[in-house]
Amino acid sequence: MKRDGPARDPAGAAGVKPVGGEARNLEDLNLNRLAEIKGAASAAILEEDSGGDKRAREALLAGMRTRLAEMRDSVDRGLQSEQPSRTGMVGWNAKRLWQADDLLNAPLLKRVQAYAMAVNEENARMGRIVAAPTAGSAGTLPGALLGVADHLGLDDEELLGPLVLAAGIGQIIGRSMFIAGSTGGCQAEIGSSAAMAAAAVCELMGGDAKQSVHAAAQTLMNSIGLVCDPVGGYVEVPCVSRNAFFSVHAVASAQLALAGVESPIPPDEVVRAMASVGRLLPPELRETGEGGLADTPTGRRIALEMAD
Amino acid sequence: MGLLDVIGPVMIGPSSSHTAGACRLGLLARRMLLADPRRARLVLHGSFAKTARGHGTDKALIAGLLSMFPDDPRIPQAHALAETAGLTVAFASADLGDVHPNSVRIELHGDDAQVSMTGSSLGGGMVRVFQVNGFEIDFSGSSFSLLIEHADRPGVIARVARVIADDDGNIARLHSARRKRGGQAMMSLEIDKHLSHYALDYLANLPYISWVRMLPEVMSGSESSEGEPEGGDR
Repeated sequence: MKRDGPARDPAGAAGVKPVGGEARNLEDLNLNRLAEIKGAASAAILEEDSGGDKRAREALLAGMRTRLAEMRDSVDRGLQSEQPSRTGMVGWNAKRLWQADDLLNAPLLKRVQAYAMAVNEENARMGRIVAAPTAGSAGTLPGALLGVADHLGLDDEELLGPLVLAAGIGQIIGRSMFIAGSTGGCQAEIGSSAAMAAAAVCELMGGDAKQSVHAAAQTLMNSIGLVCDPVGGYVEVPCVSRNAFFSVHAVASAQLALAGVESPIPPDEVVRAMASVGRLLPPELRETGEGGLADTPTGRRIALEMAD
Repeated sequence: MGLLDVIGPVMIGPSSSHTAGACRLGLLARRMLLADPRRARLVLHGSFAKTARGHGTDKALIAGLLSMFPDDPRIPQAHALAETAGLTVAFASADLGDVHPNSVRIELHGDDAQVSMTGSSLGGGMVRVFQVNGFEIDFSGSSFSLLIEHADRPGVIARVARVIADDDGNIARLHSARRKRGGQAMMSLEIDKHLSHYALDYLANLPYISWVRMLPEVMSGSESSEGEPEGGDR
């Protein structure tokens, strides 16, 4: 496998030491290297981010605890509310799904989708949410991670490590491209959120660093090219349902990775491919509300109605 | 981008770039003014101009001008709150040139003060300010930011750095630009701490320094922010 660490690191990916005096700067940590770490990836990210400082480590975990509580809050509010968004396009779907009969006998699927939509419907109502990494993609991580945890009856403290890993994956992706629909298309937002969620779920289920990173890579690989074409410019259609779909993708990627399925393209090359596709996207498909679904007759009509 | 910026901010929806980032840009302008804002002109560029209303960018910018953070539940009522606070806001759209698609120029007036600022929302709530009062600068609001307008003459940067060092401050980032040689210049510094009143007073009273602003970071939520904006002009 070709390694692509910085030139000043002749040892290549093999020498990452997450603990101790030789710890590398987090800036040097890319996905390929993260995959080489023995054990859980989150421990390495936590160690490198805090520089081994106990207080910094506790502050980071405390911040994650706050965010987790806010995520739970937004899921709970979203599952109970039927209040339409300002446009009236969304606002009741999470509750509808949550209260529907589970005809497919797929309770995990239903829970993950409902949680994800709950957060994004809250977001569309100008409710309080946790951007992860963005607001438009805020439902994917809590959908997948909290959905799986609640399905299995796991404790919230077990989710802190996976959350740190999710943040670390997002941070690494963010070094290669702006995580914003207006620069990289939806792939940059939902692709990143789903990759973060896939790695988190993978680690939650006992996956090691390599499996978690490959879960992220598989997700990115299958999000490449997604355009940002919100109807009327509102973070509603397709954003709300897209979070439901990609939280499921995240769980699917974790499942593949836990079974040992790997991305044949090295994870960092997948990120670069996504970044280059983002640059190739025309402005109409980058959050301007001028292409794709936004440019359908109905999409244009809604935009006009709301402008009045 | 820190790990808590990736999973975060905790914010009022619907868009981290168009709502949370916009709020932070407004907040930075408000803090530079150091006075109650009376009149604001907000010039939106690119995606900000095209999808502002859909994302509540207008409300978020105004909320920031009213000193709110991105997690403030009053953001949806920003227009009404501005009216109550005696702040008149006008929006315009324009091509601000080769800048990030989510950019805004903010012209903010108080009773006796005014400030202009251009900045971008980079995604995920991250922001960057690249112009203040006509000077090219560069800071992100993710740490304490010190802005200084001064005469372009030898030793100013050294003197400022000395004051910061004596105040036990550590400079993380420095950007400096001048209008022309020997003319007026501005520097922006990102510092790991809020400088003491003493250090700020000293800087503001140096003869070749005409404008000083110390801005607390805007990336945390409202509860965890520390320090108030400070500064002086002559």
